Amino acid sequence: MRENIGLAFQGIWGHKMRSVLTMLGIIIGIASIITIVSTIQGTNEQIKENLIGAGNNVVTVQLNKEGRVYDMSWNPVPEGVRCITEETRQDLEKIGGVEQVSLYHTRSYVDQLFYQNTQFNGTLYGIDENFLGVYGYQVKSGRGFTESDYVNHRKVILVDTGVATNLFGGVDPVGKTLELQGDAYIVVGVVAQSKEFAPVINSMKDYQLYVNQSAGNVYIPDSLWPTAYRFDEPQSVAIKVENTDAMTTAGKEAADLLTEKQILDTTAKLDYRSEDMLEQAQQLQKMSQATNNQLIWIASISLLVGGIGVMNIMLVSVTERTSEIGLKKAIGAKKKRILLQFLTESAVLTSLGGVIGVVSGVILAQVISKIMQIPVSISVPAIGVAVVFSTLIGVVFGMLPAIQAANLNPIEALRRE
Amino acid sequence: MPILELKDICKDYQQGREPVRVLKNINLTVEKGDYLAIMGPSGSGKTTLMNIIGCLDVPTSGSYILEGRDLKDLSDDDLAEVRNKHIGFVFQSFHLLPKMEAVDNVALPLLYADVPLKERRARAEEALKAVGLGERIHFLPNQLSGGQCQRVAIARAIVGNPQLLLADEPTGALDTKAGQQIMEIFRRLSGEGMTIIMITHEPSIAACADKTYRILDGELRTQEEQDEKA
Repeated sequence: MRENIGLAFQGIWGHKMRSVLTMLGIIIGIASIITIVSTIQGTNEQIKENLIGAGNNVVTVQLNKEGRVYDMSWNPVPEGVRCITEETRQDLEKIGGVEQVSLYHTRSYVDQLFYQNTQFNGTLYGIDENFLGVYGYQVKSGRGFTESDYVNHRKVILVDTGVATNLFGGVDPVGKTLELQGDAYIVVGVVAQSKEFAPVINSMKDYQLYVNQSAGNVYIPDSLWPTAYRFDEPQSVAIKVENTDAMTTAGKEAADLLTEKQILDTTAKLDYRSEDMLEQAQQLQKMSQATNNQLIWIASISLLVGGIGVMNIMLVSVTERTSEIGLKKAIGAKKKRILLQFLTESAVLTSLGGVIGVVSGVILAQVISKIMQIPVSISVPAIGVAVVFSTLIGVVFGMLPAIQAANLNPIEALRRE
Repeated sequence: MPILELKDICKDYQQGREPVRVLKNINLTVEKGDYLAIMGPSGSGKTTLMNIIGCLDVPTSGSYILEGRDLKDLSDDDLAEVRNKHIGFVFQSFHLLPKMEAVDNVALPLLYADVPLKERRARAEEALKAVGLGERIHFLPNQLSGGQCQRVAIARAIVGNPQLLLADEPTGALDTKAGQQIMEIFRRLSGEGMTIIMITHEPSIAACADKTYRILDGELRTQEEQDEKA
C-alpha cells in the first residue's frame, strides 16, 4: 500500500500540468466550501457574541403583560404584584446552573435627569450589590457602591462610559452633581462592561436598542428607588448562569418561579418572562445558515464536476498505460493489485487537491475577512470532513477507470505499444 | 515427468461471422531442461501458441498440463499466480517500465509474489549480476542500450526462479552482436537446467536451440517432420 502511494505521487509528479488541471475542480470546490463554512461560523459566533454578550451569560427575567415587557416608564406600578424578597432571591440562586442573581429596578427612558442644563435620554437602573458583578461591569474611575451607601440612603450615582462621553463631554464625571427627580446625586464612579463589543444591527429594534445603549446608563442604589419614584415597585431579575447553554432552561425556571410567587392577581394577564437571547441568536443564526447552505450546494456541484474530471483523466491514464498494465498482469499481478493501484492514484490525486483546496480556502477566508470586515472562524471539523470527502471522491470516481484497468486482457494490452 | 504437456490444443478466434481456427490439434511435450525454438512466418499462429503456453490465453479445446497440473478452468487470478510462480517472460520489445530503475523493474514479479522489500532488492540485484549488469542496477531503461534492456528483461524473467522461460522474438529488436549475447545467456541458463521455449523467425537464432519446431497454418511439426514433408 505504501508503495502504491509512493508510485501514485511519482505519477502525479510526472504529469505536473495535467495533475494540477485535474485537481483544479476539487481545489475550487473544497476551497469554496471551506470559505463559506468559515464565514458562516464567524458570522454565527458574532451574532451569538453580540446578542448574548461575550461570555456574560446573563438572562433577564422581567414582568410581562400580555406577552410584552411591562415598562414602568409609561405604565403605572402594577397592582397585585409583590416586591421580590431576599428570600426569593436566594431561591432563584438555587436553580441549576445559576451562579449569581441580581434584583434591579429600571426606567428605560428617564426625562427627569439633568447635568447642569442638559437633559439625559438614557436608561436608569436601581441596582443591588450583585448587579455590577452579574453584568461584568468594572469600575473605571472613582468607586462603586458601598454597603453604607445602601444603608444610609446616600444620594450617589454611577454612570457608564457612554454617559461620561455624551453628557459630560470629556470632563471627569466623578464628583459632579446630577439632578434626578429634583434631587441632587453625586457621581461616585464610572463603570464599563469588561468586554467591549461592536453590535450587529439586523432590525429597527436592534437599532433602537443600540442607540438607547449608546446614550448610556446611569445607576443608583436600589434602596433609593422608593424615594425617587415614591412606590415600592416590583423588581426585574438578572441571572448569571454557568454557560450559554444553561441560559434557556434557567431563565424559564426562574420565570415560572417568580410568576407563581409574586403575582397575586392572576386575572391581570401579568407574568414573568425570561428574555432568551440565546433563542434569538439561534434564530438569526438559522437564517444566515439557510442562505449559506444553498451556497454549499452550489460549491458541491463544483466538486461533482471535479470528480468527473478526475474520472476522465484516469480513463485517459488507463488507456495510455495499457502496455504497462498488460506487462504487470503477464508477470503475475492479480486484478485486485491493478484495481488498488489505480484507486490509490485517483484517491491520492483528489486528496492532494483537497489539501490544496483547504489551504486556499483558509487563505481566501482570511482575505475576505480583511476586505469585507466579516469575522471568520476556521472550523477544524470542516477541514477534516473536506479532506476525507475529497479522498472519497477519488475512490468513487476512480472506481470505473480502475475496474477497466483491472479487467484489461493482458494479450491485447501487451500487443499495444 | 514432463514439465509441460499440450494435448490436442485447438484455438478458435471469432473473425467476422465465421470462427477461424488458429491452432489445430497441437500436441507438444517438453521435458525439464529442454531448450527449443518454434519457428514460423507471421500469421502462422506461433504467438497464439506462445500465449497459451504462457497462460495468457486459454485454449478452445484440448488440455494443458503444466508441471503435472491441469490448467483447465482456472480463474484469471489463478492463472496470474501460475504465471508469477512458474513462467518467466521475455518480449521482443522488452516491456520495461520506463520510470523505474533496472533493479525495481527486475523486482516487480517478486512484489506480486508478496516477497518483502529487502529480499526483493537483494534477489533483483543478484539476477542483474547473473546477466552481467551488476554495475547498472540503478540505471533507468532509457539510459541502457537495447541489448542491456533485454538483459534486464531476462533478469526480471528469472528473478522468481521459474521452471520455464518463454521468449517471444527475444532478439527481434536487437543488432546481431547484442542478439548473440542474449543467446549466450540463454545457453548458460539452459546449462543450469532452465527449460526454454523461444519463438523466432530467424533460422540463425533458432539454431541456438537444441530442438526446433515449425508452425505453419496452425499445425506444429518438428524440423524432421517438416523436412520429410518437403
